[in-house]
Amino acid sequence: MSSITSFRQSGKRQRQLSKLIRFIIAIFMILFALFPVLWTISASLDSTGSLATQKLIPDNASLDNYRTLLNSTTFPYKTWLWNSLRVATVVTILSVLITTMTAYAFSRFRFSGRESMLKSILLIQVFPATLAMVALFALVQQLGTFIPALGLNTLSGLSFIYLGGAMGINIWLMKGFFDTVPKEIDESAMVDGATHWQIFWRLLFPLVRPVVIVVGLLTFIGVYGDFILARILLKSTPKLTVMVGLYIFQDNQFSQNWGVFTAGAVMAAVPIVILYLLLQDYIAGGLTAGSVKG
Amino acid sequence: MTTSVSEQAQTGRSTPTATITGMLLRLILLGVFDIGAVWLITGMFFDGYWPLAAMLAFITIAVNIIFLREGMYPLRWMAVGLSLLLLISVYPIFYTVYLAFTNYSDGYLLTKQQVIDQKEGDVYLPETGQAVAYTAYRSPDGNYVLWLQSENPDSPLNNVLAEPDVDIGESTIEVGDFDENGIPNSVAGYERIPTAGMFVALSELDKILFGGTEQGVQVRGINEASQVQQRFVYDPGTDTITDQQTGIAYAPVNGQFVDEEGNKLPQSGGFIITVGLDNFSRFFGSSAIGGPLFQVIVWNFAFAFLTVLMTFFLGLFTALLFNDLPGKKIIRSLLIVPYTIPSLVTILVWKGMLNEQIGVFSNVLQDIFGSSPPFFTNPTWTRFAILTINLWLGYPYFMLVCSGALQGIPQDIYSAADVDGANAFTKFRKLTLPLLLVAVGPLLVASFTFNFNNFNVIYLFNKGGPPIPGADTPVGYTDILISYVYKLAFGGARGSDYGLASAITIIIFVVVMVITLLQFRYTNMWEAGEDV
Repeated sequence: MSSITSFRQSGKRQRQLSKLIRFIIAIFMILFALFPVLWTISASLDSTGSLATQKLIPDNASLDNYRTLLNSTTFPYKTWLWNSLRVATVVTILSVLITTMTAYAFSRFRFSGRESMLKSILLIQVFPATLAMVALFALVQQLGTFIPALGLNTLSGLSFIYLGGAMGINIWLMKGFFDTVPKEIDESAMVDGATHWQIFWRLLFPLVRPVVIVVGLLTFIGVYGDFILARILLKSTPKLTVMVGLYIFQDNQFSQNWGVFTAGAVMAAVPIVILYLLLQDYIAGGLTAGSVKG
Repeated sequence: MTTSVSEQAQTGRSTPTATITGMLLRLILLGVFDIGAVWLITGMFFDGYWPLAAMLAFITIAVNIIFLREGMYPLRWMAVGLSLLLLISVYPIFYTVYLAFTNYSDGYLLTKQQVIDQKEGDVYLPETGQAVAYTAYRSPDGNYVLWLQSENPDSPLNNVLAEPDVDIGESTIEVGDFDENGIPNSVAGYERIPTAGMFVALSELDKILFGGTEQGVQVRGINEASQVQQRFVYDPGTDTITDQQTGIAYAPVNGQFVDEEGNKLPQSGGFIITVGLDNFSRFFGSSAIGGPLFQVIVWNFAFAFLTVLMTFFLGLFTALLFNDLPGKKIIRSLLIVPYTIPSLVTILVWKGMLNEQIGVFSNVLQDIFGSSPPFFTNPTWTRFAILTINLWLGYPYFMLVCSGALQGIPQDIYSAADVDGANAFTKFRKLTLPLLLVAVGPLLVASFTFNFNNFNVIYLFNKGGPPIPGADTPVGYTDILISYVYKLAFGGARGSDYGLASAITIIIFVVVMVITLLQFRYTNMWEAGEDV
């Protein structure tokens, strides 16, 4: 009897010890995860503004760096941020609409070539747009000689290229979701005389809203965070997106202006971090469905 | 079966009027689309952009068929999406393959037709030829116009000509008072240049082509101007450009128009031609290109493989560790923070923190060990830094994925193992890991493909550097194929070599393709026909 009790007690103690150790590891990992973030925020508040003299808790915290950046004329940060938000919003809305319509048709209609089309889309999707950067550059340049609005150094041309971005995988994601909505719903509406468009827009679109939100968010985040295509297709300073702008800023004057740079980094990251944290559960569902970010 | 019911419902419901209005609207929209498309396609074709013209023509024809044939109704829903996929995802893949067999690079940026069009716009001032007297006028901001007076009063040369792109209101030009020779002292607000000022003005005047290229007039001397003539004429029959001024004929050789002695057409770039396997043979032919490329490929695989391995195991480790801790949701939310920040921002921040002179990490290491590693100049340390950053960026993803997948593993399978007296590690190795890999396996492959092309972490941290010495192209020790492609095409330092960049892109295509096909085969993707 007593041996059992002591066994139980030692087991309990062991479990508590294991919990304690794991808590300690957790704290270290959280430090590892958060230190660069805290360091950046602290640097952005440190008005001495140099990489060398920075401390974790700045002596004289102020918003000077933010003010400097937002008033800078050589680095029009506000314009960059606005460009990014505009491009990401437009691309997200158009892309979600186009993708949902395509997925609806794949889910609800049967026609010849449907399966091979679905498979081809999946196959195309394995080649990310950035691989074909030279061809995309040439495509935009050639389109631009005839339609200047879609040419190099235009935000509309950049948005046009983003539209192709992750459309393939999103079509699959949405089609899968449409498949889970029972067809009986459309059929009864059809009997009542609804058109396909009414069924799609009034009936099914609200039902698939969770996946629309996931796809929309991932599109927004992807477009907002893109560097390489924006870097290739945009040239003049006022046309840049915030990611390219930040890169150019740090490339020009990194160590002298560390404080201002980190202010820019914080402002660029905040919209996305908020989106993520608010919609964590939605996105976690979308993640396992196959989108990857690094 | 269900669909045929809905199709019947649809056709049965439509009233004739609705169909006619709808059809009219559809035809009008299609017509507008077609007009735009045909204009674009012909323009591109005549400019020599035939691959893009062909792709657009294909899309246009497909769209027409889809919207004209009633049986194609479902495809109307996808017309926009599929057209965009074809144009932005499919076409660039094929165009990249095409470019890999061309000389597309600095100095060879235009199509042959564009070079010809450009040169046919050139003019020259003949030594002889119909001369005409002129008077020059200057505006306050330095623009000129010419007042031309031919000996023949009916000559069309009796005119007022402005500089190209300057509008002086051609039809109703206001002139000032005329002198005894019938020449006004001002034209459209421009003041006549006095004879004394002409010698100075002449140095500017003789560079201006008055009246634009067609029928342009250039001044030849202090009081004589003459109509210019087209200098270069292309003859499609002989495929040569002839210089009308010198009589020399230029024939296309290796993407350049050259004369018999090999002199290039003056002031002209080359044009894009196919060069067979030239770009590929440069890998093998030149050790200064092939050697570094081989290093890049090896590092590319190692980088992607190590990244996946480390991010997966750290993610799994954290998922297991915190799975039953109180407050795990808060812990997870905090750990996920690195993942939520745009990668460009975090990479640049890390770059600052690892800065060899003034970064916080370097300073701390300096204080502890007396020296800190050269994170940007030593290949091994740069690789170490890149892998660490990528681990920091990537493991929260696998933590999320793994904790999701762990919850999907039924707990009762462990009781059998308990009976057999298996310890925790054996249970993990024999039960948890295999079951987890079934769920997470495809994501590991996706992560490998993603990291194989993870441009941001490589390029933003150190631009692929430190550079490999003795390489013929801009390439560094930490470059992966995609960053190498970027530097070849857009790096700027040594010009743009789009052809070679495309050839290297094909290597990536092949790698990605092989991985994907293996994955599809492994997961029986193609056989899953019934439930797609």
